[in-house]
Amino acid sequence: MKTQQETNDQTSATCPACGLLCDDLILNQTSPLAVKNACPKGIEFFERSFSANINVSPSIDGKPSDLASAVKKATEILQQSKSALFAGLGTEVQGMRAVIRLAKKTNATLDHLHSESSIRNTLALQNGGWLTTTLAEVKNRADVILAIGTDITSSHPRFFEKLVWNTESLFDKPTPEVIYIGAPAEKTKAGTAPDGKAPTTITADPNHLPEIVNTLSALLCKKKIHAQTAGSVALSELVSVVEKLKNAKYAVIVWSASSFKFSHAELTIQSIVQLINQLNETTRAAGLPLNSGDGDYSVNNASAWLSGYPTRSRFKNGRADYDSFHFSTKKQHNIADALLWISTFNPHEPPISHCPTIVIGHPDTKFERTPDVFIPVGIPGVDHTGLMFRMDSSITLPLKALQETQLPSLGEVIKQLETALSNTQAAKVKTA
Amino acid sequence: MITLLKNGRIYDPAHQKNGVIEDIYLYQGRIIPKPVDDAKISQIYDLTGKVVMAGAIDMHSHIGGGKMNIARMMLPEYQQQYQQAQAIKNLTEPEAHICTPHCSHHAVPSATDTGFRYIEMGYTAAFEPAIMPVNARQAHLEMGDTPMIDKGGYAMLGSDDYFLRMLTANRDQKAINDYVAWILHATQAIGIKVVNPGGISAFKFNQRRLDLDENHSHYQVSPRAVLKSLSRAVHELGIAKPLHVHCNNLGAAGNFETTLNTMSASEGLPMHLTHIQFHSYGTEGDKKFSSAAAQIAEALNKNKHITTDVGQILFGQTVTASGDSMMQHLNAKHANPKKSVIMDIECDAGCGVLPFKYRDQNYVNALQWAIGLEIFLSVEDPWRIFLTTDHPNGAPFTSYPHLIRLLMDKTFRNEHFARLNLDAQAMSNLTSIEREYSLYEIAIMTRAGAGKLIGLNDCGHLGLGAQADITVYTDQTDREAMFSKPDYVFKNGELVVKNGQVVKVVWGATHTAKPAFDIGVEKDLKDYFNRYQTMQLDNFKISDAEIGDDGRNHVITNVHKG
Repeated sequence: MKTQQETNDQTSATCPACGLLCDDLILNQTSPLAVKNACPKGIEFFERSFSANINVSPSIDGKPSDLASAVKKATEILQQSKSALFAGLGTEVQGMRAVIRLAKKTNATLDHLHSESSIRNTLALQNGGWLTTTLAEVKNRADVILAIGTDITSSHPRFFEKLVWNTESLFDKPTPEVIYIGAPAEKTKAGTAPDGKAPTTITADPNHLPEIVNTLSALLCKKKIHAQTAGSVALSELVSVVEKLKNAKYAVIVWSASSFKFSHAELTIQSIVQLINQLNETTRAAGLPLNSGDGDYSVNNASAWLSGYPTRSRFKNGRADYDSFHFSTKKQHNIADALLWISTFNPHEPPISHCPTIVIGHPDTKFERTPDVFIPVGIPGVDHTGLMFRMDSSITLPLKALQETQLPSLGEVIKQLETALSNTQAAKVKTA
Repeated sequence: MITLLKNGRIYDPAHQKNGVIEDIYLYQGRIIPKPVDDAKISQIYDLTGKVVMAGAIDMHSHIGGGKMNIARMMLPEYQQQYQQAQAIKNLTEPEAHICTPHCSHHAVPSATDTGFRYIEMGYTAAFEPAIMPVNARQAHLEMGDTPMIDKGGYAMLGSDDYFLRMLTANRDQKAINDYVAWILHATQAIGIKVVNPGGISAFKFNQRRLDLDENHSHYQVSPRAVLKSLSRAVHELGIAKPLHVHCNNLGAAGNFETTLNTMSASEGLPMHLTHIQFHSYGTEGDKKFSSAAAQIAEALNKNKHITTDVGQILFGQTVTASGDSMMQHLNAKHANPKKSVIMDIECDAGCGVLPFKYRDQNYVNALQWAIGLEIFLSVEDPWRIFLTTDHPNGAPFTSYPHLIRLLMDKTFRNEHFARLNLDAQAMSNLTSIEREYSLYEIAIMTRAGAGKLIGLNDCGHLGLGAQADITVYTDQTDREAMFSKPDYVFKNGELVVKNGQVVKVVWGATHTAKPAFDIGVEKDLKDYFNRYQTMQLDNFKISDAEIGDDGRNHVITNVHKG
């Protein structure tokens, strides 16, 4: 469907390049590609996607093959496997529905490529829960935005343009005050308001964030602190942050689990949650965790309603098991007896594994080590339709197919694998 | 080919059939008259002595949407503990409920398990009562992946900025009606729900409680005004399902007065007060928490325009998942285990998810159990009261057979009562109530009444032309055993359950209501979305094609003939 702003050569699109999932993009379909309303990350995504080689054929041991042979070879690998690992999982809801069906049939273990990050949020959620908000609430309600350990825009480029510097809002709120703690200093320019007002930037070593966040919590609870600094930040600076949070009508605290590089970052996320909970004793405040991308939230959500668990899960006789520690790609990829790597949005390379490797992925994927089978598939939101969860998990948006392609979708390939698997199983029963 | 269900004892309250022996003929998914030519009958089920009812309908059960998925992510231990317990138990051991190797009688089953557990009990449809409009796509995705049963839902309004803004601006009723109808279409819903009218929004403005006649601090409108406007919209649009209302002050001692006062908010127009057990609390006694079931039941008996479902609690571990972020935030301190998710969502609504363990030795929990049953047994008209546990908030829906036995078997009920916290026993008159529900009344509450209330044209009854969703039970004195494990369940005329076990996987449809409205309403909405929302209006709307995209599901639009 075309919107009023579109002409015949133009089409509206939803951008899956980051968790903001902007759906106000207008693409010029005639060459050269022009994308209205897109950020650099979105433009890069669409440029790469439209220039991807749609003529690339499947391959077996690096040698070009037809799809049927590649599916046959992949089926053999899965057939012989007893403990396959399905990793990467860079896909959207429809793709994940298919992945789960296949995992049920093959007793596979499932892990997403960004779960090292997202699992920290999941662990915090499972430990104490949290109080969070969504993008339209930020846009219309936030008066203070505190970003902890992230500059936000590197991963979510239009955050400020769309949600912070908006001139119109429902409740006539002031332009939010932006505070960074421990964000890369060279990247905090995006936090400068259109009127030139600079953000408050508290420079800190990101590895000191656990200490700093705990100090903020302690100050909010009126605990006496004798030290003059916390994580080499002057206490007075933190006192002033706490005051701003307390006086805000709706403070939003933003963090990115992927930017927390220290171990047991889930404990720091818990401390952020405690800070937010404490603020809500008297005023309103909420958290906004940033996602990492490649469909991480779509995969987690679809997995939860289909199997009862978010990812890191394993299927056994059709039933899921859950282990956020042992079922990681890192722990499994060398003990699994087959690896199926999926990455449809970006040409992410699979980890090098000693077991037979099948890659269903982006046509431009390059390999350090040639996989046993490579099946290129179309990109959701460019070559195929799809459904994607936004970073706040409350909104699911359709992704469009923007161009004709001969590449199959992930779902189509998996369907062929399933059929081949049941055919060989049926044949086995017959011979037995 | 025609299937004949022969000699069954029919309980079909929609046609005043109370245990009559009759034959039923099924053809192409429907109930048909006796064929002229017997030769066309390809299959005969001899149901001599068996109890035959339409498939049951759960008119209020949280089966789809963000809240349940948050619960699944937050509470993996529910499923893990259950699986461990199942592994230890002898799986062939007959249970009070049906246990299969893939059993999931816990509070947060996957979509797949939800469908299986429902059909195994003879339920053929369930309705998600709180579809948040911005989250409707997810709700339908989850319901679309729920096999075996028909689905549908009520769209949540009343704390959304767009509607509250209209109320503040005194927009005329026609404008409100058009917006409400537009929401029904856009979200593929069959009814409209209000949760803590205005309260979810008020919480975002730091109001911590909102009474029926208290103004929202920003919009300066009261919950009563919200209810008046929305109940009228629903009525004037001519959809069957009355406005579905979760009252203000859920769970608070003394809230029965709010509930009584709410009954007048629709000014005589039909209104459904949901999970009323949670809204029937007094403040008498040493603990300042008492049963107000008698007052509530009396008012329900008097106010014929009000219908209700109970939201019975049953003891054990569950999770409460509600749109009522205001009251859930207030109650988060009672969470067990101690964790909670509270969300403010898109200037549209919110949610709160907290695990909860109801214990029979806890005074408040024990009394909540008694209050629910007191209401069930004191409301005279079974056409106006429905059997729910507000799954999973009061208990998982898999406990329905147990609840049915509590209603049908006074001795069983009193035995359970005797195990309660003694102080709670002293505060309840439950044992003085003699009533036992009959099979006919159970069929009203769980079939005919529910189908009529929601406005399902072809479900909840066994009349000619009805959808052939049929459950067959063996009449047993142990009603829990009886309702746990039907002999047969037919879905759209196909045998899908035999002796309580699924024998065929099918996919139900999605029930909706699509009243006519002025599409001109979209002009202002489009501008509103562009200026204030974070998604495009076109992406907010869910098409029929989207629902049927997977080739399994389709949309049924029910037309209200009333």
